[in-house]
Amino acid sequence: MKHRIVSLVLARLAIALVTAIIVSFAVFFATAMLPGDTATILLGQAATPEAVEGLRKAMHLDDPAIFRFLRWLAGVVHGDLGVSYANNMPVAKLISGRLVNTLKLAGLTAVISVPLALTLGITAAMLRNTLYDRCLTIAIIGVVSVPEFMIATLAVLLFAVYLNWLPAVSFTSEIRTVYDFARAYAMPVVTLTVVISAQMIRMSRAAVVETLNTPYVEMALLKGASRGRLVFHHALPNALGPIVNAVALSLSYLLGGVIIVETVFNYPGIAKLMVDAVSTRDLPLIQSCAIIFCFGYLFLTTTADIIAILSNPRLR
Amino acid sequence: MTSVAKSAPRHQRFGYRINAVGVAGALVVGFWIVVALAAPAIVPHPIGDIVDTDYFGPISRELWLGSDYLGRDMTSRILMGARYTLGISIASVIIAGVSGVMLGMIAAITGGVVDMVLSRFLDALNSIPSKLFSLVVVAAVGSSIPVLIVTMAVIYIPGAFRFARALAVNINTMDFVVVARIRGESLFYLIRAEILPNIIGPVLVDLGLRFVFIVLLLSGLSFLGLGVKPPYADWGALVRENIGGLPYAAPAVIVPSLAIASLTIAVNLLIDNLPTKIRDRENS
Amino acid sequence: MTSLVEIRELRVEATTDSGRTIAIIKGVDLDIAEGEIVALIGESGSGKTTIAMTLMGYARAGCRIVGGTVAVDGVDMVALSEKDRAAVRGAKIAYVPQSAAAAFNPAIRIMDQVIEVVRIHGVMPLEEARAKAVALFRALSLPNPEMIGDRYPHQVSGGQLQRLAAAMALIANPKLLIFDEPTTALDVTTQVEVLRAFKSVISAHRIAGIYVSHDLAVVAQIADRIVVLRNGEVQESGATRDILARAQHPYTQQLLAAVTPHHAPRPAVSGPTAAEALLEVHEVSVGYGPLRSDGQPAIVAVENVSLRVARGRNLGIIGESGCGKSTLARAIAGILPPFAGGVVFDGRELGRSARGRSADQLRQLQIVFQHADTALNPAQTVEDILGRPLTFYHGMARKPRSARIDQLLDMVKLPRSLRLRRPAELSGGQKQRVNFARALAADPKLIVCDEITSALDTVVAAAIIDLLKELQRELDLAYVFISHDLSVVEAICDDIVVMYRGRKIEQISPEAMARPEHPYTQLLLSSVPKLDPTWLDNLRQDPEQVRAYCQR
Repeated sequence: MKHRIVSLVLARLAIALVTAIIVSFAVFFATAMLPGDTATILLGQAATPEAVEGLRKAMHLDDPAIFRFLRWLAGVVHGDLGVSYANNMPVAKLISGRLVNTLKLAGLTAVISVPLALTLGITAAMLRNTLYDRCLTIAIIGVVSVPEFMIATLAVLLFAVYLNWLPAVSFTSEIRTVYDFARAYAMPVVTLTVVISAQMIRMSRAAVVETLNTPYVEMALLKGASRGRLVFHHALPNALGPIVNAVALSLSYLLGGVIIVETVFNYPGIAKLMVDAVSTRDLPLIQSCAIIFCFGYLFLTTTADIIAILSNPRLR
Repeated sequence: MTSVAKSAPRHQRFGYRINAVGVAGALVVGFWIVVALAAPAIVPHPIGDIVDTDYFGPISRELWLGSDYLGRDMTSRILMGARYTLGISIASVIIAGVSGVMLGMIAAITGGVVDMVLSRFLDALNSIPSKLFSLVVVAAVGSSIPVLIVTMAVIYIPGAFRFARALAVNINTMDFVVVARIRGESLFYLIRAEILPNIIGPVLVDLGLRFVFIVLLLSGLSFLGLGVKPPYADWGALVRENIGGLPYAAPAVIVPSLAIASLTIAVNLLIDNLPTKIRDRENS
Repeated sequence: MTSLVEIRELRVEATTDSGRTIAIIKGVDLDIAEGEIVALIGESGSGKTTIAMTLMGYARAGCRIVGGTVAVDGVDMVALSEKDRAAVRGAKIAYVPQSAAAAFNPAIRIMDQVIEVVRIHGVMPLEEARAKAVALFRALSLPNPEMIGDRYPHQVSGGQLQRLAAAMALIANPKLLIFDEPTTALDVTTQVEVLRAFKSVISAHRIAGIYVSHDLAVVAQIADRIVVLRNGEVQESGATRDILARAQHPYTQQLLAAVTPHHAPRPAVSGPTAAEALLEVHEVSVGYGPLRSDGQPAIVAVENVSLRVARGRNLGIIGESGCGKSTLARAIAGILPPFAGGVVFDGRELGRSARGRSADQLRQLQIVFQHADTALNPAQTVEDILGRPLTFYHGMARKPRSARIDQLLDMVKLPRSLRLRRPAELSGGQKQRVNFARALAADPKLIVCDEITSALDTVVAAAIIDLLKELQRELDLAYVFISHDLSVVEAICDDIVVMYRGRKIEQISPEAMARPEHPYTQLLLSSVPKLDPTWLDNLRQDPEQVRAYCQR
C-alpha cells in the first residue's frame, strides 16, 4: 500500500512537470507572436537598418523560435529572467520587490478567508436548507456572479464614499503603525476575501453535503450519533480531500483576483506590474510575470491533488 | 418556491415545472437578448452624441440613466453595450462549447493515445489562469473583437472538454453503448445517438456557467482597458470610462455594473432553477 | 403477553420529484414478541425496508411517517423527539444494513466503528466493549478476531464486513435487531456461513428481530413468523411453517411457486443435429490490464476455458462472483478480446474483437446484459431502441420496420402501446423484455444472456424464464445462460458448466445436479437454501472443502 501512494504522488509530480513545460512553451510563444519587430520597437522608427540588424543579432532574434525558447528556459532555471525593454533593468530586480508585496496581500487574504470560508461552508452543510443556509447560498450566487472590479467598486463606495473611513484609491508606501497598515490593506484584502471565500464556501459545502448523504453517515445516525458527531467524526475526515482541493482552487483564483484588485487600488504588486508591462509591451517582463503566475497556480493545484491522494483512507 | 405551471393534467404523462425564481431569471436573460438584438433601433440618442451640458449627470426625465463623463446619454450606451457584452460572450461560449464538447466525446469514446494527448494538452492549457492568458494574448496581438472572441473561447475549451469528457466516459461504460459498439456502429453514430443525447442537459448547464465566466472575464478585461476598445464600449468598458464618477456615486458608473450583475445573476438563477421534467407515471 | 413491538395503523408517505405525495405504507399492523424473529417478505417497492426503519423512528429522505404508532417496549418511536430517538438508536434497537461495505466509514478503523455505539451511549467502559467485540468476532467465526478490528473496512472481504456489521449491532446488547437484507449481496457459499453465525448469536442472546428479505428460502431458516407485504399492505402473516406449507393468499402462493424448482427435462435431441455445434470456445483465456512481458495481462480472469453449444440448445454457466463467467461472456461477444484461444461460430473462426467480425457474424450472436437500466439508452424510446438493429442489420424502411417492432413487442408479450415510452417509464420486468427484444430484432442464432434475471423480483424473473423457453421453441434459438442462481440455470439449460476462479471445473447435466463429482460443485449446490426450515440446521458441509473453496 505504501509504495502505491508513493507511485501515485510521483506520477502526479511528473504530470506537474510536463504541464510546467507545456505552459512555459505556451507563454513563450504567445508573447513571441507579438507583431512588429522587437528591435525596431526598441530602437524606434528612426533607427538605421544597420543598427536594427545589429540589435537583432545581439538578441538572437533571428534564431529559430525553439532555440530562443530553450535559451530563455535555461535562463529562467538559473534565475536570469532577462532585461526589461522599457527601462533596461534586470527583470528579476523589477519583480522581486513587487512579488513580496503581492505575496503579502495574498497571504493576508488566505489567512483571513480560509478559516472564515470553511467555517461558513461546513456550518451551511450542517444546517442544510435552513434560513441560514439559504441566505448564504443567495449571497454566494450574488458574489460569484459579479466581476471582481464591481466588488472593489462597492468597497470603495461603502468605505470611502459613504462611511468615509478610508481614502478612496491610494496605497501609501509609508506604513509605520498598525493603523497605517490596516488602512492600506483593508480594502484590497476585504475585496479579495469576499471573492475567494464565495468559491470556497460553495465547494466546501458541496463536499460536506455529499459525504453527509452516504450510507455510512446514515449508519452512524442509526447508532444514535449526534449531529456534531456525524459531521466532525464521520463526514469531515472523508470530505477532507475535496475540501483541501476547494481551498487550493480558491487560492489559485486569488491569482486572477489580484490582477483586478491591484489595478483598482493601485497596489504595487506583481499583477499591477504585469498590466503596466502589457500596455508598454515589455516582453521579458510579461513572460516572467506570466510564468510566475502559472507556476504558482500549478503549485497550488498539484498540492491539492497530492493532499487528496494522501488523505484517501482507501490508500492507507 | 411556488410552482408556476402546476403538474400537468392527468391524461398527459409529461409536463415541465419551473419555479418563480427560474422564471424571473429567464425573463431577465430574455430581456437582455432582445435589447442586444434591437439596440440600434431603440436607442434614444446616437451613442457618440453629447447631449448633456453637465458630465456625470443624474437620472432625469430626458436622460433616464444620467450622462457619462463626456455628457453622453447613458441609456443609449448601456443598450448598445449589451450588444458587445452579450454578442462577444455568446460567440465565445458557442465556439468553446462546440469544440470542447466534441473533443471531449471523441476522447472518451476512442480512449487510448488520442485521449491521453488531448487530456494532457488541454489540462496544461487549463493550468494557465484565465485572466493571465488573456493579458498575454492581448499584449501579443492586441484586443480586436475577433481576437477577444477567440481568446476567450480558447480559455474555456479545456473546461468544456474536461466536463464533457467526464460525462461521456461515464456514459461510454454503459451497456447500451457496448451494445451499439458490438453492433458495429460508427464513431459518428455513437456520438450522435448514444452519447450526446445523454449528456446534453448537464452540458448546456455547464455552458451556461461558462457563459457567466466569460461575461465576467470580458468585463474584467475591458475594465482594465484591455478588452473592447473605444469607440466601441461594452459594459465593462463603460465602468472604466466612468470610474471617475465613483466618488460622486454617479449612475454612469453604477448602472453598467448593475447591468453586468443582472445578466450574470439571472443566468445563475436560471441554471439553478431550470424547469424539471415530471417523470411520474400516473398509475404508480 | 404484551409484544415488544406493536405497530398500529402505520402510514408512510413519500414525495415524488413532481411534488406529488404517494402513500407507500398504507396502514400496517405488526407485532413482535420478546425473542421472536419476524420476517418481512416482499418484492422491491413493497415497503418492507421502510417499515423496518420506522422501528427506529426513522424515515429516509423524501419519506414521512404520517400516521399510526410504532411502540417499542411501550414507547412510541413516532412521537419521540429527535434527541430521545437518538438515545434509543444503537442502544436498544440496532440495525444491520444490506450493504455493510457501504455502511462502514472508510476513514475509521473497524474496531472504533464497532464500539462507537458504546462511546455514544456510554453503556459500558470502552475496554469492556473492546473485549466484548472480540468475543463477538469469535462467535461470528471471523478469522483473526483479535486483530481484525485494527483494519480499515476496505481491507476485509464483503462476507466478513457483513458479520462485522452484525457485531456492531450487537455490541450494546440491544433488545431488538433490524436485519435489512443482510445476505443479499453475498455469494451462496458465504451466505451459509453468515446465516449460521447470525442464527447462533440470535439464539444465544435471545434477541427479537425483524428480518427484511425477498428470499423465502433464507427467511425460512431464521424467522419464527413471516409477514408477506405488497404495495405497502400486509397480504398474509403467520408462523413460518404454516406460510410455507399452507399459504392462503394467492400472492404468497405465487412467490412460493416462483422459487420452487420446476425443471422439466427437455427431450434430448438425437441424430445429426445434436452433434452440430453452433458455438465452440477453444481454450480461451481472457484478462484485464496492461500486458506483462510474457504476453499475459496483469489480471487473468478466465483461463483455458473450452465449451460447446449445439444448435438450438442451451448451455448454462454458473459460478460465484469473480469466477470469470461474465468476462467469458464478454469474450464470446467480442467485447473483451481473449489473449489466447479462439471462438468458432457456425463453423467459422470469429475475430477476437467485435471489430474483426463481419456484420452478419455480429448479427447472429447477440448478448443481453443483466441491468436493463444501463443496457437501454435512456434518451431513446422503445421504438428507437428496437428500430435501430432493424435498420442497421436488415436495412428496413419505415413501414416494414414499424410492423416488425409491433411483432417484436408481441413476441416478448409487451403491449404495443409502450412503443413511445422511454426506459425510465417502464418497470424492471418490462425493461428486461425490451432488452431481450432488441437482441431478437437482429434475428440471431445465439443469444448470450448475462445474469438477465438477477436484478428482477422472483415472480418477474420466473415469467422471463418462461418467455425465453417459449421463444426458443418458436425461433430455434440457442442460449448461453450465465447466472449465479442455480435454480434459474437448472430450469432452462441442457448442460451446465461450473466455473471457479476463472477455470471451468465441471460440466454436468441438470439431471446430474443431485450428485455432482467435483467437490466445489458439491459445496456450491449444497449451499443453495431450500424452503425447508430445517435445511440450515441439517446442512453438513465438509470443513476442508469450505476452507479450500470459500473466499470468506
